[in-house]
Amino acid sequence: MDDLIADFVAECREMLEALGGEIVAWEAEPDDRARLDSIFRFVHTVKGNCGFFEFPRLEALSHAAEDALADVRAGRRHPDGHLVSAVLAIIDRIGEMIAAIDAGEEMPAGDDSALIQALAPGAETIAAPASATVVEGQPRAASSPRTIRLSVELLDRVMSTVSDMVLARNELARRLRESPTEVAVDGAFERLSAIIADMRDAITRTRMQRIENLFVGLPRMVRDLSAELGKQVLVDIEGGDVELDREMIEMIRDPLTHIIRNAIDHGIETPAERLKSGKREIGILAVSARQSGNQILIDIHDDGRGIDGKKLVAKALDVGLLERDEAAKLSPREQLALVFEAGLSTAKEVTSISGRGVGMDVVRSNVERIGGIVEVDSKLGQGTRMTLRVPLTLTIIPALTVSIAGQHFAIPRSAIEEIVRANGESVTLEHLGGAGIATIRGRRVPEVSLSDILGLKSEVDENDRRLIVLRPAGGDLYALSVDRIHDHEELVVKPAAPAVMATGLYAGTTLADDGSPILLFDPAGLAQVGGVKLETQERSARVAEGPATAASKSTAVLLFRALDGSRRALRLAVVDRIEEVPATAIKKAAGQLRVQVGDAILPLAGASDAEFGDGKVRLFRLNDGAHEIGYAFAEVIDFATVDNDIIHAEWAGEISGVSLINGEPAELVDAHWLFANHVGVMARTAEQMICRLPSDDPWMQNMLRPIVEAAGYQVVGDEHEGHADLVIAAQGDEVAGDAGKTIWLRTDPDAAGKKDESIYRYDRAGLLMALKTAGAGRGK
Amino acid sequence: MNELLLVVTIGGERVALPAAAVESVVELDTLIPVPRAAPHVAGLSALRSRVLTVIDCMRSLELGTSDCSDGIREAAVVEFDGHHYALIVDLVEDVVEAMSDAQPMRAAMGEGWERVSLGMVDTETGPLLLVDVAALIAGAAEAKAA
Repeated sequence: MDDLIADFVAECREMLEALGGEIVAWEAEPDDRARLDSIFRFVHTVKGNCGFFEFPRLEALSHAAEDALADVRAGRRHPDGHLVSAVLAIIDRIGEMIAAIDAGEEMPAGDDSALIQALAPGAETIAAPASATVVEGQPRAASSPRTIRLSVELLDRVMSTVSDMVLARNELARRLRESPTEVAVDGAFERLSAIIADMRDAITRTRMQRIENLFVGLPRMVRDLSAELGKQVLVDIEGGDVELDREMIEMIRDPLTHIIRNAIDHGIETPAERLKSGKREIGILAVSARQSGNQILIDIHDDGRGIDGKKLVAKALDVGLLERDEAAKLSPREQLALVFEAGLSTAKEVTSISGRGVGMDVVRSNVERIGGIVEVDSKLGQGTRMTLRVPLTLTIIPALTVSIAGQHFAIPRSAIEEIVRANGESVTLEHLGGAGIATIRGRRVPEVSLSDILGLKSEVDENDRRLIVLRPAGGDLYALSVDRIHDHEELVVKPAAPAVMATGLYAGTTLADDGSPILLFDPAGLAQVGGVKLETQERSARVAEGPATAASKSTAVLLFRALDGSRRALRLAVVDRIEEVPATAIKKAAGQLRVQVGDAILPLAGASDAEFGDGKVRLFRLNDGAHEIGYAFAEVIDFATVDNDIIHAEWAGEISGVSLINGEPAELVDAHWLFANHVGVMARTAEQMICRLPSDDPWMQNMLRPIVEAAGYQVVGDEHEGHADLVIAAQGDEVAGDAGKTIWLRTDPDAAGKKDESIYRYDRAGLLMALKTAGAGRGK
Repeated sequence: MNELLLVVTIGGERVALPAAAVESVVELDTLIPVPRAAPHVAGLSALRSRVLTVIDCMRSLELGTSDCSDGIREAAVVEFDGHHYALIVDLVEDVVEAMSDAQPMRAAMGEGWERVSLGMVDTETGPLLLVDVAALIAGAAEAKAA
């Protein structure tokens, strides 16, 4: 909190300094719109921040000044002499208070109501307060951490010098290798190298910050705001680990705050209104950051009442911002974009939180100043999505360097799902009609060859290449084949020249350690040029759950043929996986059919006892989070979505209704009924399973343990004497004691051979699968 | 004060670049190609930890391709729109003072030259064609698309 206040103070001081000249000029020429706007922005920013920091006096002052200035901006009031001096008196008082906050002192005593009253139209001109000078040069409180503010330009210069130093070091290293040198010289050089590396890290870090630093204050702000407004808002934050230039973070702090205030104040309705319109009482505000190409995208999405484009247009006509014939031509998108025009708001009442929509023009000008874009998308009654796109200049990206035909390129690591060898054991590569399809552990993904995209000739045989499975921002998986994979590096990425960006393939350029330039790929662009069809996935499916979405008609289902031959569909979400068991594992016991899978006995649905021969039976394992049941079926037909109306069954039962799926009717299985009827009698499946991890391996304890625990295991250390259901060990280690099953982990991505059953330790999917099967097959 | 001009040779022709636009003259040794980029983008190079986009002026003027096989090329480094470019030229000669403002050329020039010409300037060594750096960087394709 303290450093937030320090930031606030510093920002206000800067603005006050910049404002010094403006105020004087405004006094001379009260009609000057640009000056009025910048003064207005100042009081607006102060007001916004004070609400957050609980400086009620500052807030009252700035709110009063903002009100008066808004009137002037809207043309309701003429800026006469004593309005100007009243505003100036308030700005001076704000300056005093900020100086006091900075010095850690009590607020200067005094009553502000006289100042506020002076703003009222027709008020007496007050005498300028005697103490109306900004107190400068107060000694800082000794306890605060010592910081200085530096110009970014200076940091840039230091950074570029350090980069030069690295290059010079590399040159020296090459020379040293070429000529015989003494060990002592080598030692000294090593030390120098290490110091330079440290320094480079440090100087790089001075500019970079995780966007988390910006997000960390949001939950509190949302909580306070929603409490004040009597609303219930749940904030969902994602992507805090995206790194952004420190300066950039400072630049988007205000716009982001404004947008969130607006979303809570104007977007999200009160609980009563929400219930009335069929939504859940709690509004959801989702804030996420991600990197897309050479930009950082920050999405702020609320599920509130949305923005009415028509009202905006009407308002714009009212204020004279638009001509009538222009207005008629606006597309819905352009109508929404009116929200960023100055002095326009559809909010009926003015509140102290976000005022009258004034924030949005400030937001846009702030974002555009740093070369960013702010976009708005809104559906009336369903919510609003604001997207800030800011450039990624000087952003550090962890990247993987790869090569093709001898040339090096970089791929942002954030987009990489996994890396496999084209001829690896669980990978097959096929060509259908010239298009490549890679099947990786049973999953089919389109495959494109980097050498084809770039038109370079690769000297590596197709089967010896590596496949990089990529997930571009908001898109679907595809595999990219490259000749070789080199290294993970942290790269300082700069935008490339327009002629290079025009290819659509690259996100920027960077310099390798030896000083040669490397191009950074944009995974989405590669896919596009490579002809991969990407389907963008909407996040809204996840954001909006609950009764409101029952109305949304598209549901993913698994279409299958039941044992009695009927065509049925089950909601995909309840199907855990598919199992195959011998028919003998199915018994009628304790009043119903049950199936033995591993050593769990699950109730079995979807079948009557007469239907099994001697062969195998396939069944879905359904999971409601606490219980499992089996559902026998004959064959899987397809994955599908239910887009048509559902004709509901008249009686509650296994089938909840019927609907047209892929052109033919299919019965929808009511999973709820299944669980209600089959599980009711069954006790909770099992006690918690025990997994033993080496206690002295920090990787296992820090990285692996959370995953294992999330999979439902109780984790114990080496000292645990009793039986463990599962032991996880590094490849080559000894496993002692009583163990049910052992998972071996290796550090090398590639298996030593076909017999090697160990799992690469970052193969998350493989690990999870092993954890689950180990749990299911317990005691076998 | 008269404008200073950098006299360079492109495709055997002596032309002038506004010296104020040119940051430095360098000899490029590394050249990293940019696959799929416009033909006049010869590649990337680095100068003092800055990435330079290397423009082949011959190609930009549709006069053929500069021969980069011997490895070292002379280039003029310019900054345009926040990006640094290296313009590959045959030869960098000298800096001279312009004796006149740019005059429109009334004789017909080659298509490439026409596109980049800012006019003709008089110097001590005779009249020279003044070349627009931005047009060189934009290259042939964009000019046609526009």
